[in-house]
Amino acid sequence: MGFLDRFLKGSWGVHPHDDHKRPAADVPLRVMPVPAELRVPLLQHVGAPAKPVVQVGDKVLRGQLIGAAQGNVSAPVHAPSSGVVTAIGPVTAPHPSGLPFDAITIACDGEDRAIEAAGQPDPFALDPAEVTRLIAAAGVVGLGGATFPSAPKAQLGRKHAVETLVINGGECEPYLSSDDCVMRSRADEVIDGVRILMHATGASTALVGIEDNKPEAIAAMRLAAEGQAGIRICPVPARYPMGSDRQLVQVLTGKEVPAGARTATIGVLVNNVSTCAAIHRALRHGEALYSRIVTVNGGAVAEPGNVLAPIGVSVADLLAFVGLRETPARLVLGGPMMGLALPHADVPTVKACGGILALTAAEITKPEASPCIRCGSCVQACPMGLQPLEIAARVRAGDLEGAEKLQLDDCLACGCCAYVCPSNLPLVHAFYHAKGELWKRAQQKKKMEFTKGLAQAKTERLEREARERAEAAAKRKAARAAQQAAAAAPAPAAE
Amino acid sequence: MMNTPLSAALPAVAASPHSRELSSISRVMLKVVACLAPATLCGFWYFGLPALNLWLVTVAAALAGEALCLRLMGKPVKTALFDGSALITGWLLAMSLPPWAPWWIGLVGGLFATIIGKQIFGGIGFNLFNPAMIARVALLVSFPVAMTAWVTPGGQMSTHAPGMMESLGITFGGAVPDAFTSASLLGHAKTELSRGVDLLHTFAEGMPMSLSGQRPGSLGETGVLLLAAGGVALILMRVISWHIPLAMLAAIAVPAAIGHAVNPARYLDAGTHLMSGAAILGAFFIATDYVTSPSSRAGQLVFGAGCGFLTWVIRSYGGYPEGVAFAVLLMNALSPAIERLLPPRIYGRDWRGEPIVLKKKEQ
Amino acid sequence: MIGVLSLTFLGLSLGLLLGYAAKVFAVEADSTTEELLAMMPGTNCGQCGLAGCNAAAEALVAGSAPATICPGGGVALAQAIAAKLGLALDLDGMEDAGPQMAVVEENICIGCGKCVKHCPTDAILGAAKQIHSVLDEACTGCGGCTDCCPTGAIVLQPVPQNLRDWNWARPAFA
Repeated sequence: MGFLDRFLKGSWGVHPHDDHKRPAADVPLRVMPVPAELRVPLLQHVGAPAKPVVQVGDKVLRGQLIGAAQGNVSAPVHAPSSGVVTAIGPVTAPHPSGLPFDAITIACDGEDRAIEAAGQPDPFALDPAEVTRLIAAAGVVGLGGATFPSAPKAQLGRKHAVETLVINGGECEPYLSSDDCVMRSRADEVIDGVRILMHATGASTALVGIEDNKPEAIAAMRLAAEGQAGIRICPVPARYPMGSDRQLVQVLTGKEVPAGARTATIGVLVNNVSTCAAIHRALRHGEALYSRIVTVNGGAVAEPGNVLAPIGVSVADLLAFVGLRETPARLVLGGPMMGLALPHADVPTVKACGGILALTAAEITKPEASPCIRCGSCVQACPMGLQPLEIAARVRAGDLEGAEKLQLDDCLACGCCAYVCPSNLPLVHAFYHAKGELWKRAQQKKKMEFTKGLAQAKTERLEREARERAEAAAKRKAARAAQQAAAAAPAPAAE
Repeated sequence: MMNTPLSAALPAVAASPHSRELSSISRVMLKVVACLAPATLCGFWYFGLPALNLWLVTVAAALAGEALCLRLMGKPVKTALFDGSALITGWLLAMSLPPWAPWWIGLVGGLFATIIGKQIFGGIGFNLFNPAMIARVALLVSFPVAMTAWVTPGGQMSTHAPGMMESLGITFGGAVPDAFTSASLLGHAKTELSRGVDLLHTFAEGMPMSLSGQRPGSLGETGVLLLAAGGVALILMRVISWHIPLAMLAAIAVPAAIGHAVNPARYLDAGTHLMSGAAILGAFFIATDYVTSPSSRAGQLVFGAGCGFLTWVIRSYGGYPEGVAFAVLLMNALSPAIERLLPPRIYGRDWRGEPIVLKKKEQ
Repeated sequence: MIGVLSLTFLGLSLGLLLGYAAKVFAVEADSTTEELLAMMPGTNCGQCGLAGCNAAAEALVAGSAPATICPGGGVALAQAIAAKLGLALDLDGMEDAGPQMAVVEENICIGCGKCVKHCPTDAILGAAKQIHSVLDEACTGCGGCTDCCPTGAIVLQPVPQNLRDWNWARPAFA
């Protein structure tokens, strides 16, 4: 299919005219001081939320477990600094809806005392299952944005006997450079994490894909990977969305992941570079995932750059640390292509938060939408080979089944289509809406089937009860009749 | 922290992406205009002021038709009018008309193009057929004489170039001097063939064809080289892809070459086909119209090939000497079906849309 | 003469073809009723004013009921029914308050147990003389219980919006 694809498709994705990564990417990493208050959300990952194991009033130390994982796919959360738990309950989520979710609020004492932790001197001597358990205990989740818990992912890799690890250093989103920063300043940690992950999954090779617009990171990683058998640093062309796992896997291995399947089915496991660094810390130092490097960038930021910040710090505190030049017109958690617009700055950061953008009105200007001229730019840009214009036309007409038939499910919501659209159509918005609506309908259907079963069960029960009552009544009647008969019968017998 | 302006709700919560490329419909149209301009100016040079007059009337009529419809429908006139699409429609129509045609041809054509060809369907993005070609075909079948009165280009420096008053007379008075009228190459070939004169005799003294454009025909026919250059520029600027133009030109050239090799007395050669009529204009500027062509690459190849082959068939066997407009309209009608049958292959799926099946590991 | 004959032949054969097609592709009313029934909540809650979902489906097939007949199914079901039966859908009269759920106000509930008996899906828990509560995942929001409660302690309330269910509103296209 390769040749035909090339002939008919050309290149997918977009090349943003200015990736806005520098100068922020070149500024040395800054460490944010402990804020007065931290709100650690219980659901910062795919799966079931963590269950609080502390109570209001409890004193906690940095690195202490405060929320335990529950269920197979879940992750624990830890206190990012020492202090007192002041509340366990709803806070505004970093989400466009502005709806609440549960978090543990800690009033920090400023002393930042850490819990005692011991690392493993030789993680490679441990059983892979034990390594996975330690990764799970440290609350490591995919830090590239998907936040799938890393331990079940490694288990999945073992189950599918994956041979290749793809380490994602693509970071294709404009403005963001947190992975870049990790690779530049913590390359040894990343490579060590990759080795541990190879041990945990049984993979024999690891391909580290880094976009070629990060020469410093490539150099640092090459240096760190020197002499490590099986680990290869592979520069890839800078093109959005290179950091999407399916696209990166295809570029690095030449294999395509079947629709609806995980990469593990083709023997590949994808992990982000920051995740690998977190795995290194978890194994070597026994350090849980309670802080991460966040890129704070955007036209409204006075001193953009990368900040090592505790997880759960409020976005407002983070922005105060870097300073604002003007009031931002929009706050975004994540990158400009896929990030979530925030309702306000009083929301906590989460493990997935690789960047906070404070964008000016000029940066987000978008002219009024005009009708689709079917130019096909979106079709060429779509990295999945979908026809965004056709899907959008279905959504516009309310034909969600039609949209589904055009494989709306395969849409990554990467934003390429809306980015290039000369008519400024809200394509991604339409796809989000349609996916949500279809999901809701599926849920409704599921519930309807469930309640239908209940109703049927009740009807049957009532019928059975009625029958039993009738039978009992009949029996009683028969018994009474027999009694009467018996009472009447002796008379002739007494004769 | 609660008192900072940041904790107040931000008005601009919107779905991603939060950044966009600097593109707009008018920007796209501007690039098309830039690529059309050289050939048009060259045409004005060859055919003089009458051609300019006709061009002005046609474009103005197209814009007027658009504005009128937008007004009647209560849509914002200004933004839609100046997105450049009506301008291009009128422009392309003007390039396909006989340069010395009377004013009412331009007026009727321009109004027809935007009103019937475009706004009736719902405006930009909704028309099934190429508006300029609809108008051209309507004019051709309604006013066959005026639509086939070609003139030999002179050039503004030549002695018989029409002056200002004479030009106005040609466009607005219908006073085309008989001495100037002649037939286009394709028209001449067809007439002679139908009279039983074979092509070898008809063009015994050589083809009345010249690369510099010194030949009777529309603006789009004479400026072939400049149009081709403009078309290549459009591809390089990524306004259009190479698929439709290449497929269309190839689908004209290949059957033409075969036909000519088999029977040169009956069939024109490939070069003549490509350089004559609206082949180049059609391949780069008309068939590539976004709205009326498929958006998938495979679909574009089929669409372009269909346009090309039908053009050759109509030129060789049809009643009209030129077939680009008919071919494009026929393929426009098929475009939705092509789009449906030939979507792009989706990542992780085969061409039919089923998830790809993994080969079992060889062990 | 040939023209007349051929036209007659054409008419006859096409007529036969149509008649045959009507027989072969005939839509059986029963199957439509059954398909509709499968789409409906199936709780026989009676909120439509008819005796259960079966009656409602029959009324729909007979054309005596609008597509919006089922309050429990909401707009989604109305749209599905309209699409199925090829009806024009007039949603004006149907206000979609979104999914609803019965909630017991515990300080008014006297524990009479009437609602427990009435609930078609056994979504209400509680024995006599005890305060009742509603199982979220089993409640269809049909509202039957609110009518039979002697103290008005059970009311329908919109299901609280949470992050998982939240969705972007339909965008404005040009």
